[in-house]
Amino acid sequence: MTTIITPGTLLTPKQVADRRALASHTSPSVSMFARMLLRAAVLRRRRAASALLAMIVAAAVATAMMNLYVDVQAKLRSEFRNYGANVVVVAKDGQSLPANALTRIESVLGAKTLAVPFSYAVARIKGGQSDGQSVVVVGTDFARSRQLNHWWKVSHWPDAPNEALIGMRAAAVVIPKASSNRQPFELTFQGKPIQLAPAGLLQTGAGEDSRIYIDQSEFQSWTGVAPSTIEVAANGTAADVDASIRQLAQLLPTAEVRPVRQIMEGEANVLNKTRATLYASATLVVLTSALCVLATLIGWVFDRRRDFAIMKALGASERLVNGFFAAEAAALGVVGAILGFFIGIGVAALIGRVNFHAPVVPRFSVFPYVLAGSVAVALISAILPIVLLRRVQPAIILRGE
Amino acid sequence: MFPRLVYESFRHQTRRKLLAGIAITLGVAVATAMIAVATDIGDKINRELRSYGANLVVTPQEDTLDVEVGGVNLKPPSDGTFLNEADLPKIRGTFWHHNIVGFSPMLPVTVKVGSDSGAKNVTLIGTYFNKALRFGKEDFTTGVRITHPWWKVEGSCGDGRLARPGQVEDSPASCGWPDDNSENILVGERLAAKLAKKPGDTLEIAARQLTISGILSTGGAEDDQIVAPLALAQQILGKPGAVRRVYVSALTKPPDALSARDPKTMTPEVYDRWYCSPYVESIAYQLQEVIPHSHAEQIRQVAQNEGTVLSRIKGLMLLITFAALFASALAVSAAMATAIYERRVEIGLMKALGAGNLTVSVLFFAEALLLALVGGIAGFSAGALLAHQMGRSIFNSQISIEPVLFPIILAIAVFVTFAGSAAAIRRAVKFDPVFALRGEG
Repeated sequence: MTTIITPGTLLTPKQVADRRALASHTSPSVSMFARMLLRAAVLRRRRAASALLAMIVAAAVATAMMNLYVDVQAKLRSEFRNYGANVVVVAKDGQSLPANALTRIESVLGAKTLAVPFSYAVARIKGGQSDGQSVVVVGTDFARSRQLNHWWKVSHWPDAPNEALIGMRAAAVVIPKASSNRQPFELTFQGKPIQLAPAGLLQTGAGEDSRIYIDQSEFQSWTGVAPSTIEVAANGTAADVDASIRQLAQLLPTAEVRPVRQIMEGEANVLNKTRATLYASATLVVLTSALCVLATLIGWVFDRRRDFAIMKALGASERLVNGFFAAEAAALGVVGAILGFFIGIGVAALIGRVNFHAPVVPRFSVFPYVLAGSVAVALISAILPIVLLRRVQPAIILRGE
Repeated sequence: MFPRLVYESFRHQTRRKLLAGIAITLGVAVATAMIAVATDIGDKINRELRSYGANLVVTPQEDTLDVEVGGVNLKPPSDGTFLNEADLPKIRGTFWHHNIVGFSPMLPVTVKVGSDSGAKNVTLIGTYFNKALRFGKEDFTTGVRITHPWWKVEGSCGDGRLARPGQVEDSPASCGWPDDNSENILVGERLAAKLAKKPGDTLEIAARQLTISGILSTGGAEDDQIVAPLALAQQILGKPGAVRRVYVSALTKPPDALSARDPKTMTPEVYDRWYCSPYVESIAYQLQEVIPHSHAEQIRQVAQNEGTVLSRIKGLMLLITFAALFASALAVSAAMATAIYERRVEIGLMKALGAGNLTVSVLFFAEALLLALVGGIAGFSAGALLAHQMGRSIFNSQISIEPVLFPIILAIAVFVTFAGSAAAIRRAVKFDPVFALRGEG
């Protein structure tokens, strides 16, 4: 059953033909070297395969870890944007922002940034059992607001003119309990009335619950008040956000631009800890797989001390022997790294799909590191046993001791 | 004879045994550390997420509408109902009190600041800073320094370093922070700039001369407000014991299908399971139970998002732990396979002397078992140390290793070592002793 062919065994005709075919077309010295490399792999394919497998697994794991390490931070950052705005632009002292502030902010920060205008007024309820009670009315852009504030629990977003989104607690005052929920109600602002139909209820557990939200243009034609606040969800790292804040402050000198510290610091805190954990884990995993390669390859090279002895006995120079083993290890490292890289990208994509429901973008910039690391580990694993073997006389090895 | 064989094998092949042992130790150490970190990461990140602030708010049941724009309250001050401050320590008596990191009562009062002609309305908030309370036999402290970790105070001595959530000791002493029993106040940074006040100055509010102990910076509405000890705000308002709302910061479990259900429609068993899970909804329910006439609600911005972030990070760590376990298993198998492959001559000799396949296999498995046990124990200790170090350097807190992990890890180590050795032993045993002895392996 043994498939291991030692120098003493006879070759089958097919194997002889294989040898000839291999040797036929290449220049003598290069072909000899290539032949030795190839035959070493073919003849001990079981051991070579296990060494290659270890190499592939290690490279795949390293690739997946590096890909994830870079990508997960971006993924988490976008998760953190669900917390809402991290920058607020507020007009100074009760004034309004310039009319074109929103378009200017968007043109400066790019289309990916979300900016939502808000304007506030205190109106009075007209009619019903809470006649004359004050309530805060907010004008906003519903489409943008919906994108920015994912945590808002809304039963139905307004989609028709003169429809309002009503906070849970405001609803208790505005909508009489006995009547159907869709019954219109009336508000007045400085004597000007407006008739609104409730579209849906808003629940956040915070200040929004006491407010009534209506469309910005309707708000402005009713009260004449322009937006005083723009909430911005700026993407990117802390440095990117800082740069955005500076840009905005330059763009709108009459307004105050400030970070939402609660959001920014919470994000920085969690992200830093996650990154550190990820880094430590990735390092451990990569080290373990390097260990696996080392264990396999040392065994593989050590196992071939007879080849080593025969080459030396036949008069091969130290340099040639070392070069041969090094080339062998390097070849293993390169092949392992290439195969492992693609498998690793697949694994990273799978993890991204399973955990983040979004694909992890393959990062080919990782490849040189994986390649260099694989070749380095392979070379180290080859050099260690060679250094040990060099002290031993070939004759002793050949005698099988 | 058998123990002697094993003993001699270890004595003569120290180098090889050491290599295999090191591989097992390292593999087990990595596996242990990763399992420990992965099981604990949820709790650790949950605590970090508390730096986003409170995730629950308790208000009076019959609360009136807030009329507040840009941090200025336009509602008549004595309007509405209040919670009773005396009920607050009962929060520590809820079922999930260990999960409650802290709570802060709030009592906004509208006060006039400035000289008679230029007087303007400013909101003064009464709260706990780091108040010592007692519930039953348990002493604890709570307040905004725990629940609102992003609040920074610039005072006479401090650098206003950010405290970790729930860890007041971290921030330098009480630099700038007023004492809960004093008549000192914090002034928001924008308000302070408008009033041209700095720490140490006094401010006249409601016919009292109050000392400003620090300037508060929050990046929110509080920058235009005054923050004072709760007792002081109650005196100014003339309502002792009154609290408008309470912010509660709790460690919660990410929402799932069960958490969203209405407790009124549950069967008793489902209700028990719901009640005994730290969902934000069930904690809110329990808060309502202990504080009379209250309504507790989740702050969705904080509560809803932390579930997602938490489950993402936990899922990620779980997958990485699998990768680590896989890599360590492979490393151990590779080391064992190599160690056995090198000993074919020995096997050949044993078989030539009449040893059966079974005897040879048992000998090798016994050696593997010994290696696995020694490596497993060493690796477990090393892994525990590694996890401890990671916890210390990353989260500034302990990552505890459950003792129940030890037998599991040891069993895994033995299993992986056996699995790694099995193929190599089988091949070695099947190998013709003649070839082995001739040295033609």
